[in-house]
Amino acid sequence: MAAKANSLTLETSAAHGHDDGHGHGDPNLHHHFDDMDQQRESHVLGMWAFLATEIMMFGGLFFAYTLYRWSFSEAFHIGSMHMNWQMGAGNTAVLLVSSLTMAMAVHSAALRDQKKLMMYLAVTFVLGAAFLVVKYFEWSHDFHIGLVPGLAWHYYDNPANFGELRDLAAHGVSPEQIKMFFIIYFCMTGLHAIHMIVGLIMLAVFLLMGRKGSFTNGNDQPIELGGLYWHLIDIIWVFLFPLLYLVGGISAVGGGH
Amino acid sequence: MEFKENRPSGAHDPVADNGQSAMARSTAELEQEFPKRHYLNSGYGVKSWLFTLDHKRIAILYLLSITAYFFLGGLAALVVRLNLLTPYSTFVRPEIYNRAFTMHGVMMVFFFLIPAIPAVLGNFLVPLMLGTKDLAFPKLNLLSWYLLVVGATLALLAMLVGGVDTGWTFYAPYSSIYANGYVVLTALGIFLAGFSSILTGLNFIITVHKMRAPGLTWFRLPLFIWSIYATSLIQVLATPVLAITILLLAVETIFKVGIFEPKLGGDPVLFQHLFWFYSHPAVYIMLLPGMAVMSELITCYSRKPIFGYKFVAFASLGIAVISFLVWGHHMFVSGQSPYAGIVFSFLSFLVAIPSAIKVFNWTATLYKGSIRLDAPMIYALCFIGLFLIGGLTGLYLASIAVDLHVTDTYFVVAHFHYVMVGATVSAFMGGIHFWWPKMTGRLYSDVWARVAAITLFVGFNLTFFPQFILGYQGMPRRYAIYAPEFQVLNVMSTAGATIMALGYLLPFFYLLSSLRNGKVAGPNPWRATGLEWQTSSPPTTFNFDTIPIVKVGPYAYNPAADEAEDARLELIETEKKLIEARNNLAVERASGDGLKKEDLDS
Repeated sequence: MAAKANSLTLETSAAHGHDDGHGHGDPNLHHHFDDMDQQRESHVLGMWAFLATEIMMFGGLFFAYTLYRWSFSEAFHIGSMHMNWQMGAGNTAVLLVSSLTMAMAVHSAALRDQKKLMMYLAVTFVLGAAFLVVKYFEWSHDFHIGLVPGLAWHYYDNPANFGELRDLAAHGVSPEQIKMFFIIYFCMTGLHAIHMIVGLIMLAVFLLMGRKGSFTNGNDQPIELGGLYWHLIDIIWVFLFPLLYLVGGISAVGGGH
Repeated sequence: MEFKENRPSGAHDPVADNGQSAMARSTAELEQEFPKRHYLNSGYGVKSWLFTLDHKRIAILYLLSITAYFFLGGLAALVVRLNLLTPYSTFVRPEIYNRAFTMHGVMMVFFFLIPAIPAVLGNFLVPLMLGTKDLAFPKLNLLSWYLLVVGATLALLAMLVGGVDTGWTFYAPYSSIYANGYVVLTALGIFLAGFSSILTGLNFIITVHKMRAPGLTWFRLPLFIWSIYATSLIQVLATPVLAITILLLAVETIFKVGIFEPKLGGDPVLFQHLFWFYSHPAVYIMLLPGMAVMSELITCYSRKPIFGYKFVAFASLGIAVISFLVWGHHMFVSGQSPYAGIVFSFLSFLVAIPSAIKVFNWTATLYKGSIRLDAPMIYALCFIGLFLIGGLTGLYLASIAVDLHVTDTYFVVAHFHYVMVGATVSAFMGGIHFWWPKMTGRLYSDVWARVAAITLFVGFNLTFFPQFILGYQGMPRRYAIYAPEFQVLNVMSTAGATIMALGYLLPFFYLLSSLRNGKVAGPNPWRATGLEWQTSSPPTTFNFDTIPIVKVGPYAYNPAADEAEDARLELIETEKKLIEARNNLAVERASGDGLKKEDLDS
């Protein structure tokens, strides 16, 4: 990969080496950059800086999670047992595969392989959409059994939870703390889902714009940058999944510790 | 120390003023030097401004908007100060007073101080100083201006309509469960302004990394760039935390769930942690750009290279790093762990080290310099003095024992106004005066500019020094009503604020008048080093005709060369006077002979 990047760099600078550093020939070059290398490097660095802001933004939520999990550890344990870990694990697999297909799409764009690029973008889109569909089923289930704070919260009235409530009372834990787990859960997965939707819109735009080969004529950078974004949302999910679904232990195979 | 009074080319010479014809001609000559094509006349009409991608035009857009926000915030301050003339809140009702100080804080912090220097001077100067055509992302740059304007409008309307009275810190749950929805709208405006700030910082970081002119290595960068770069790091890394804090506040308010509200199981201290994790570094988003301007002013007006370039450069980065580790000093009385308090106290003292390095190095730069007291330099000296007081009182507040005594008193108010207004706004004004000829191509009246600078300095100290005493005596901040024994000092403070207002209004007259009547500045009226002075004033749309190649470091000031240049200019002046005298003599003789001057000229 590194060798390839180097050879590309050499090629570009050789191509523009003699026209006073301005790549006048390349239609993808913006006027304020000297050459394609500078433009490409600036865009990639810009994307990384943007990803840093995303990490800091989610970082605030992870901080809140850490505080409340530290303070309400029993409640978070019990709250987590209400998660459907199978769906969560399935979604994790879906996203990991989508990261692979996105990487393949970036690769295909760099190789100017129009057919493969469109195929991988489409597969990535389908996988991302599948993730959101699964998430929809999880959330609507939570909604029906009243586990959505602020919108549908019937945790205390649901007879299925009475045993749990007795356990909590025995440990001297306020049931409000369970609610906190769900608030944090919906904030984190909600913000993540918003980023997924943005990612899907981005993929849809790529699919529409790329039909005529506008990313396989050497202008593959949008795909590369989009790929970076897509990998970041996948990685965030990789952290969300164990913190929200697995901290309670896996109830279906014996539960708890 | 030698105090030089002479101003370089284009300055008023009282002797030359007597010879009317000579002056008229030299002005006309200068007018011809004014560049024919530049960024200001590259397009006319509203569209050419609202859709511009030129970093210099965007800087002007920012300048106009933040000036408006500054005056709105200033009006709110006027209400506050008038109300505090008497102990019993006689000017407005206490509810109105609460709204006024909230509006003052929100407008000044989020919509003036944070964008002020980076978005105006930074936008204008970063590409010029780097010898490049534009910032890396011109469209994002324009977008960030729109975000600021939309955010400011939203926040302003929400505050006016909803009567937001939480203070600029928006402490939950007062701002969430117990507030009307307008607080969330105001916060949403700040959310947008935050993204504006992030995009500006991101743009600068990438531009500094990737778009420096050939030969412009990191250690040849002007210190302005180092400091702006450090600021940008904070903008990019801290502001997203404010964004998520505002989102959580919105969730708590809209869904009535307890994230911060203790009655519903939340933790109000969490809000303070998240808020100050952004808002303490934000103090350095406001201060570091001021320090950026300082390094340029001090060197130019003492005609010397900066003392300890690398120390000043790394001090900027040091401040940026440490700024992320000290937020807990805002929370010594919040109920956070006392052990955390001790650590935060220690870390807060650490900030003093890089800050002091900067102050000492600027002072050392003055030593044996040939100092010229032009208006920007007066602002720079004000900065040093006021920042010294603001910074040292910061150490008082960093020590827990003193802080417990003065928390939420006017001592804190005085401290941060010394830093935010005394230092940052002085630097902003100094910077505007320094680069005004570059931005407009015209020179303003230096006499009036000095009068304004000194007025500001006097007014500022009269306003805020009494507040240190008030705070130490125990007057709490944010109350409309206070104990009668504090009235004398409060009257002094309000009187000072009036003088300050005058100091802020004066520049409007002479700066705006300079656009019409000002003398042509020429490319480098201050004989400053730096790439921005090597292009025409105002610069062309793409800044440089040929991309400059940099071979030396910054601040290569040379008093000997200055003297030679002075001598050369003096020679030219003398020559002009001689010619003029000869012409006058000839005219006199000719009129004696019944001839007219025109005949003689032809």
